[in-house]
Amino acid sequence: MEFFVQLLNGIQYGLLLFLLASGLTLIFGIMGVLNLAHGSFYMIGAYLAFWLARGTGSMWIAIPLELAIVCVLGFILEAVFFSRLYHRNHLHQVLFSFGLILVFEDLRSILFGDDVHGVPVPELLSRSIPLTSNLSYPVYRLFISGTCLVVAAGMYVVIQKTKIGMAIRAGSTNREMVESLGINIRTIYRWVFAFGVTLAAFAGMIAAPVSSVYPGMGGQILIVCFVVVVIGGIGSIKGAMVAALLIGIVDTVGQVLVPEFSGVAIYLLMAALLLWRPQGLFRVA
Amino acid sequence: MLFVLGAACVALIPLTGAVFYMQLLSKIMILAIFAMSLDLLVGAGLVSLGHAAFFGVAGYVIVLLSPKYQAASLWLTLPAAMIISAALALLIGTLVLRTSGIYFIMVTLAFGQMLYYLFHDTKLGGGSDGIYLYVKPELKLAGSRLLDLEKPLHFYYFVFGIMLAVYFLLRRVFASPFGRALAGLSVNERRMLSLGFPALNYKLGAFVLSGALAGLAGYLSACQFGFVSPEILSWHYSATVLMLLIFGGIGRLYGAIVGAFAYVLLQEILANQAVFGAMAKHWQLGMGAVIVLVVMFLPSGLTSLLDRFGRVRLAQQSDD
Repeated sequence: MEFFVQLLNGIQYGLLLFLLASGLTLIFGIMGVLNLAHGSFYMIGAYLAFWLARGTGSMWIAIPLELAIVCVLGFILEAVFFSRLYHRNHLHQVLFSFGLILVFEDLRSILFGDDVHGVPVPELLSRSIPLTSNLSYPVYRLFISGTCLVVAAGMYVVIQKTKIGMAIRAGSTNREMVESLGINIRTIYRWVFAFGVTLAAFAGMIAAPVSSVYPGMGGQILIVCFVVVVIGGIGSIKGAMVAALLIGIVDTVGQVLVPEFSGVAIYLLMAALLLWRPQGLFRVA
Repeated sequence: MLFVLGAACVALIPLTGAVFYMQLLSKIMILAIFAMSLDLLVGAGLVSLGHAAFFGVAGYVIVLLSPKYQAASLWLTLPAAMIISAALALLIGTLVLRTSGIYFIMVTLAFGQMLYYLFHDTKLGGGSDGIYLYVKPELKLAGSRLLDLEKPLHFYYFVFGIMLAVYFLLRRVFASPFGRALAGLSVNERRMLSLGFPALNYKLGAFVLSGALAGLAGYLSACQFGFVSPEILSWHYSATVLMLLIFGGIGRLYGAIVGAFAYVLLQEILANQAVFGAMAKHWQLGMGAVIVLVVMFLPSGLTSLLDRFGRVRLAQQSDD
């Protein structure tokens, strides 16, 4: 039973990683830009949840408010900066977004200080389900998993089944052709970028009651996301899902079985997979 | 010409007897060595975000190899640190060079983080608290002590000499057939392959040499501060070095030196309480903004300005 609980935790962590990694892989797969500041949006989401939940008194008001704020922020950043970096080489993209990380991290320090803050679990979801006489599982964690699954399903439908999704997929393979067919690819890019970073912020927001908010939280999870994207194959949403679950479970179970080496376990897994399939599990050609 | 002038200035600084400036310059020169080692890779199109791993591991090697209350021998520990860094670079290089482009950036970053966690979570080198180097190494020849890194003056000239040596070594490497092949690989790998160059071997060679030189810088850095912690392995440090390389300009070695000076001086100014008051604590905000602006408006670095300036002057001379 103990193991079952850890497995559930691993799946929940994996699904959360998927929300983050899918945004990262989407932005890279479609626009070809590597955004190191992706983790910062996770951090921004978590701190906004902390701030807005305290200000409005309810997670349910904070969530839509916050999604709107981050979406606008992503929109502006794309329009002012990132759209100018698409044709530049990766080195410049990496450094630019590293600069953004420093800016965001220090703004966080100025606005919220460097303490760890807890975020209360919404009252509706603060119960636990008893499993055995002395084990129980918090409903909120199930809520996280469920929400992530709903978002994943929604993304699948939009990208695979709708006209907009078709234009997005086409735009990632041949930008000029799509433009010449009369589709405004710039606008689509702008929305995809805003959506991708909003996903990251959303992940941070729903994770905040479980993980609390603390300095450097964005950088830590960013690297794990990279591992997910590398294992899954860059640009592949399906790969991100499989790899995120794999990493989530390995990391969580590793922390229980071999606590000293749990930090290293996921990187060893990545090294092994690189030897076997350097292009990732599901690379989009 | 400018280079000689700069070198002469740096060589004469100790005459003023200001220990603070000697230490600041030592720090800058160590960063410059580190950045030059990265220039070898980035110049060949291999953008590594995990280079601090080799720097940091060498730092740990010198601390762990030193006896607690005695000076370690430089003859022994310096080669040992460099060899271990090189061996690590060989191991990681064989894995990461299977990838390229964006993958390479992410995978080098991930391996760098792996080493960070290895030192952070295990008792290998004092865990997250780090570990102290109580006595700095010394260089002995036939019983007489030639160099004692404990003395700032000795350390200063030692670092200065090594920086010049690395600069001239890498200049030779860049001009050699090996360096030309690397430059070719960064432009068009397929063509080089079809010309019969074993691309992977060349890149691995560059990766190992670069790792060893980063180890050299890490060794010196550990000696200067007498302390190592997992932070010197973290990817922020790798990104910082990459950034100062961009500041200076990639693929021209002296760009790495100019970048190291520009970065540390900028940091000193931004973190100066006399200038920025309470905001000095948040110097990274200003640094981040400067990075964003440099990438946007000066992507080829400060030394490209020098080139442009030089060209304008040359053009004026030919007009006369």
